[in-house]
Amino acid sequence: MSAHRTPFGWFWTEFYENKVAVVALAVVALMILLAVFAPVVSPQDPYDLANLSLLDARRAPGFVGSGGYTHLLGTDPQGRDLLSAILYGLRISIQIGLAAGFVALSIGASLGILAAYLGGRLEVLIMRIVDLQLSFPAILLALVLVALLGQGKGQLIGALVAAQYAYFARTAYGAAKAERGKDYIEAALATPLSGRVVIWRHLLPNCMPPLIVVATVQIANSISLEATLSFLGLGLPVTEPSLGMLISNGFPYMMSGRYWISVYPGVALIILIVAINIVGDQVRDQFNPRLRR
Amino acid sequence: MLGFVIQRFLQALVVMAVMSVIVFCGVYAIGNPIDIVIPPDATQDIREEAIRRLGLDLPLWEQYFIFVGNLLQGDLGRSFVFNIPVLELIAGRLPATLELVLISTVTATILGVGLGIYAGYRPDSWVSKTIMAVSVLGFSVPSFWVGLILILTFAVNLSWMPAGGRGETVEILGVPWSFLTLDGLWHIVLPALNLALFKLAMMIRLARAGTREIMLTDTIKFARAAGLSEATILRRHLLKMISIPIITVFGLELGSTLAFAVVTETIFSWPGVGKLIIDSIAVLDRPVMVAYLLLVALLFVTINFVVDLTFALIDPRVRKGAGV
Repeated sequence: MSAHRTPFGWFWTEFYENKVAVVALAVVALMILLAVFAPVVSPQDPYDLANLSLLDARRAPGFVGSGGYTHLLGTDPQGRDLLSAILYGLRISIQIGLAAGFVALSIGASLGILAAYLGGRLEVLIMRIVDLQLSFPAILLALVLVALLGQGKGQLIGALVAAQYAYFARTAYGAAKAERGKDYIEAALATPLSGRVVIWRHLLPNCMPPLIVVATVQIANSISLEATLSFLGLGLPVTEPSLGMLISNGFPYMMSGRYWISVYPGVALIILIVAINIVGDQVRDQFNPRLRR
Repeated sequence: MLGFVIQRFLQALVVMAVMSVIVFCGVYAIGNPIDIVIPPDATQDIREEAIRRLGLDLPLWEQYFIFVGNLLQGDLGRSFVFNIPVLELIAGRLPATLELVLISTVTATILGVGLGIYAGYRPDSWVSKTIMAVSVLGFSVPSFWVGLILILTFAVNLSWMPAGGRGETVEILGVPWSFLTLDGLWHIVLPALNLALFKLAMMIRLARAGTREIMLTDTIKFARAAGLSEATILRRHLLKMISIPIITVFGLELGSTLAFAVVTETIFSWPGVGKLIIDSIAVLDRPVMVAYLLLVALLFVTINFVVDLTFALIDPRVRKGAGV
């Protein structure tokens, strides 16, 4: 071990040993890039109505449409190029997953760390609410909230956050409670540093490893939850089709053998979720002190 | 012990009271329920008459107390859409959901424990590795997608199974059941498999982890030294020792399976409460939403209460430390 290695370099060397996780990470990176550059890389703008023709609707993969190019993955019920629709859908799914994940992380981590730091009645109150919520399935909560709040990106993210912040709060609380009892925090509190500085500079950084692990899993979960809600017709408005909605749109055509409208968006969704989970598993193993050599 | 039981029971009551306030406010206070009940072309008089009749002109807290009063008398209101008492509506749909949930949880547990013990007993064989790979998929692939693939494969491409519905039913005590007829059983296979997959993955992991740990203990070493056959050791000692966490999870998962039944029932057009709630959400049939949510909350509070009591019976430490 050379002494000048940064913790990040360390982490990366270990990560690199697991080839499956490296491939999964590459897949996640590629999908994020594809999503970001969807308007540039997709063969057609699926929302430009001028491009669409109902004559092209529900065609099998490989069909050469009226636009003059080949629809590699076929077309959907509105005559959109499915590959382009998937790339744009990926963009929306990733956006929502990341936004919900990060907002839930900030709210949950703040609550958990505050509960552990302050203690007393507030600690009992916060953790009681969190535990109560954890015993209730997230999908039901999200379902009801989306139904009540109505359709829209903001509402959907709000529902996902409400359904998921409790996992972060639990994790942050556990980590912060353990760190809070250690001598370095006592020592920091004995100096004239303000409580805020101690939380930000000492407590929070040491709670990060478990939170990062939960965050990867929860981002995959919120993408999957969003897809489920959209599939049930409760997610986003029709003008912003995520992968879940593309799958839902194709479902009625599945019975008549036009499988591709649902299957290809689904394959994209599965690859994304499984890849994030594999990366998450590897990160968890690396942060787990019990598995350290 | 009695003190502990009373304390937990009071806690459960408080939770139910809080849930009823949240559900009531959430469902009744957001949006305007009157627009669904009254046609848009109604005159102002009819409109005001209906608002008075439904008690919507009263302040919210008064509406809540009327709601709770009716609730305690077993009256959850009438469905806006079906115009029959909500309780009757839900009771009519409940058997379909219960049979689906029970069949899939029991199957998942029996299969999952068997496969998990094998995977823990021979962790290095390729069969065990396959089992674990399947369980990873069961965890990460969204359940609606599995349902779609099952329909596509077995109903559309192979035409072996029906894609939806309950099939033929038999009435027992006035309640229709599918699992008692061959046709009904045939209809239940795909949805039950869909619903079971996640639990199966979880049971496999639990049983495998327990087996790996327990196979290294002295109990097993002594049993082997006493000359018991491996099969007897597995059946008589191992199974008994891993069953406590499995029974706990079985109980807790029963509730969440009920929640996931919403997705499965929608995909397979299974006429249970899950499908009912999705349809009610789509048309904002508020009384049905409230009743369903309270029912689920009651179920969860009851399950948690029973689990807490069971733990307290098994482990005396829980009884003493009644804090967070």
